[in-house]
Amino acid sequence: MASITGSLELHVRKPRRIVLVGGLLVVWLALWFVLRGVHTLALGGQDTTPFHRWLTEQAGVVGSGNAVSDAIRVVVDQLVVLLQNGIAQPSYGRPVPVIGWLGVVAIAAFLAWAFGNWKVALLTAAGLTFIGMQGLWQESMDTLSLTIAAVVLALLAGIPLGIWAGLSDRFFKVATLVLDLMQTLPTFVYLAPLTLFFAIGPAAATIATLIYAAPPVVRLTAHAIRSVPAESVEAARSLGSTRAQTLAKVLLPMSRSTVVVGINQTIMAALSMVTVAALIDAPGLGQTVLKALQTLDVGVAFNAGLAIVVLAIVLDRVTTAAGDRPWRTASVRRKVLLGAGAVGVLVAIWFSRTYLWAAEFPTGVNLGSPIAVATADATTWVQDVFGGFTYGVRDAVTLGVLNPLEALLTESPWWLVTAVVVALALVLGGWRAALPAAVCLVLLVGTGVWHDAMVTLASTLLATVVVVAVGIVLGVWTGRNRRVDQWVRPVLDAGQTMPPFVYLVPFLALFGTSRFTAIAAAVVFAVPVTTKIVADGIRAVPTATVEAANSVGSSTWQVISKVQLPVARRAITLAVNQGLIYVLSMVVVGGLVGAGALGYDVAAGFAQSELYGKGLAAGLAIVLLGVMLDRITQATAQRMTRRTRKFRGTVRGDNLW
Amino acid sequence: MTKKLRTAGVLSALALALTACGGAKVGEADKPAAGGKECGTFNLAVSPWVGYEANAAVVAYVATKDLGCTVNKKNLKEEISWQGFGTGEVDAVLENWGHEDLKKKYVEQQKVAVVVGPSGNKGVIGWYLPPWLAAQHPELKDWKNLNKYASLFKTSESGGKGQLLDGDPSFVTNDEALVKNLKLNFKVVYAGSETALIQAFRDAEKNKKPVIGYFYEPQWFFNELKLVKVDLPKYTPGCDADPAKVACDYPAYDLDKIVSKKFADSGSPAYELVKNFSWTNDDQNQVAKYIAEDKLTPDAAAQKWVDANRAKVDAWLGK
Repeated sequence: MASITGSLELHVRKPRRIVLVGGLLVVWLALWFVLRGVHTLALGGQDTTPFHRWLTEQAGVVGSGNAVSDAIRVVVDQLVVLLQNGIAQPSYGRPVPVIGWLGVVAIAAFLAWAFGNWKVALLTAAGLTFIGMQGLWQESMDTLSLTIAAVVLALLAGIPLGIWAGLSDRFFKVATLVLDLMQTLPTFVYLAPLTLFFAIGPAAATIATLIYAAPPVVRLTAHAIRSVPAESVEAARSLGSTRAQTLAKVLLPMSRSTVVVGINQTIMAALSMVTVAALIDAPGLGQTVLKALQTLDVGVAFNAGLAIVVLAIVLDRVTTAAGDRPWRTASVRRKVLLGAGAVGVLVAIWFSRTYLWAAEFPTGVNLGSPIAVATADATTWVQDVFGGFTYGVRDAVTLGVLNPLEALLTESPWWLVTAVVVALALVLGGWRAALPAAVCLVLLVGTGVWHDAMVTLASTLLATVVVVAVGIVLGVWTGRNRRVDQWVRPVLDAGQTMPPFVYLVPFLALFGTSRFTAIAAAVVFAVPVTTKIVADGIRAVPTATVEAANSVGSSTWQVISKVQLPVARRAITLAVNQGLIYVLSMVVVGGLVGAGALGYDVAAGFAQSELYGKGLAAGLAIVLLGVMLDRITQATAQRMTRRTRKFRGTVRGDNLW
Repeated sequence: MTKKLRTAGVLSALALALTACGGAKVGEADKPAAGGKECGTFNLAVSPWVGYEANAAVVAYVATKDLGCTVNKKNLKEEISWQGFGTGEVDAVLENWGHEDLKKKYVEQQKVAVVVGPSGNKGVIGWYLPPWLAAQHPELKDWKNLNKYASLFKTSESGGKGQLLDGDPSFVTNDEALVKNLKLNFKVVYAGSETALIQAFRDAEKNKKPVIGYFYEPQWFFNELKLVKVDLPKYTPGCDADPAKVACDYPAYDLDKIVSKKFADSGSPAYELVKNFSWTNDDQNQVAKYIAEDKLTPDAAAQKWVDANRAKVDAWLGK
């Protein structure tokens, strides 16, 4: 009975909602015509509000560190320096690191083999050797040391927090807010204060990386625990398991593959911070990229970026293989082989401590300069061939979509935008969307950068729509097809970890300095994460469910749209959230290529001390935009899934289940 | 299959172990020269632009070779270098562009930093045109003619007006006020980075596109492209006192050197070097060119310049 009313309700209410949304938009347009240019709260580039100046003063008051921050700094510094001495820097009175390149390759390959399989071991050895041949061994090892330190700390803190957030609803809510803040607050905003607290050095760079890299593993761990079917938990409970036993025997094993996705995302995020951390003297590949870009040397920058990508792929594949490896004791034969391998590793380490050729990577084979030259040539070619066409695309999109959207948002009075957005949120997501939206918008007015926020919002909306559309298509494709996945994955990894600074120069050449360039860069950066999460969700759909659909003669399209996407809806909601957050985390980079607005405010605040407060306010505005959009989409998605569930329950349910 | 591969792997590792017992041993070759004790460690901030890097390269080279210092180059954004004066992590900044607010905070209030005079480089900020455009429309070099050509500079970003491409976020800009006060039919569009500005000028020259934008000298890019400066109403002292009413050109900057108080009092020979260091824009551009275009490492670039300019270096060293 309840389900019948549910479907009736759907038929009655669905058109009404669309009419309401349409009506709101028409009213907005009409009012926009009348009220254009009133109360837009525009603020000039060098202008500040009293609130901004107050924030700037606070930055001066914040003193340098205290006992706690000093203790943290010492520990983290020691960890990083230990790793650097081990594999990267001349140390302990010797002109080379403790372990030379041969030893590092051997250890890495052995670990990959022991925890994963021989395929990833080969990949590891090949990848590291390739980096050496690029002429970037020491830089890569510096980067690796910093990344390992940041990731280890992130996992130590992140996985327990994720489990907690998975078990407790209350903590989940708090955690989500904090994670949104950590991921969307631009690094530039806290880079300078971090160096005040933790001094200039590895600790500050590691902690900056940690702040940005920890959220994915917390989020995905929580998501994984929450996705374990209630039946499994109940079954364990009914057999008399304690909470701890349920966690250890049911929840964690069943969450493992998703937690590994989280670990992967954390590694990727850590590597994507390499160049930004270089601004506060983090050693390694980031320095190479930044140095090359000072002279717009795309080739050299790409070479270093490629090394980051290779590191990312190796780390990703090894962790994935380790996650897939069944938890069972090794066979006797494998133990013997592992033992032999360990001896081989020791021999390699001995060599790398004794002989120069095994300690410092030989310079005989140099792939670095050919790669740099080829990249530079390819970039020039693409610019020459596609230059005119790409400007056309840019102008069409800018004039057709972006400018009207931006005009609507920026030229309306702030109270009109607020009213319309809150009303839209109410219609789409109910009070759970409207309330956060109202709070965020009011705070946004308080930041004093309302006008810039609206400019950024227009670009963000456009970029996110593109990211989600592309991400779902790619995600479904790769999720359904292992072979496609194998080919697309490296490209996605490259998109996610290639420092945006590297492709900014070609993008600038193709699209000029414009908001469109920023949108294109954001799409490249955010599509991979969306795709990966959607693909993971599609793969998690039980095979039996898909086969049942196939057996009743559903077409591929029906299977995707009626079975896989609805079942994977949690993953898709998460993918939208992460897509949005990744787009927002590119706002500052967008500011560096002509998007202006909040991104430029943040960058200028980092560079000019009198604008620090404005930069911080702009950073907070980015967070507020993120929280607002996230809450609206989440609430809308929840409403829609509740409804489709009812819908399927009455109409299609008999056929499928 | 797997088994065979594994065996092969182990065997080849063994083979490698047996055959490769030759070659130079670690520690046999060049031991690092013992650092001069009297100089000690010299923490030099390196800001992210090539001109600065040229200064840092030469000073670091001379400090290492002639004074036997152990130079620690730290790659830092300017703000963070200044913070480092207080904590003792940074000894010297070699090219400072104005930053009156930072001087007030760290030199006057906290007294942790000291200004040690000009670096000899003259900083110029202004509006620039690509050479082809200046050749074709020489009258554009006068700001009074900008409005006549405003439509030439229209882009997708400038909302129907001419586009004035602005800023590296590191530098103060009065351009919004200038456009307003000079009644120009232009809109300031924030390119947002030096990279974007250079790319825009490069593209403009190559494809003969009209661009006008904010830029500055000394800059390595002038070795590649001689941008032409637009004459704004002449700068007179005080004409930029009220940022909202600015209607004149940017002042010329005497770029200067800043050191930490501790470093200045240390009596280190590196401090004397920093204090005496001074060279011209041409000198800096030369070294910047070695680094940016000839792709020499900073050290090699410095060596090349020092070898050719020994007299100047000796003057810094008080010889």
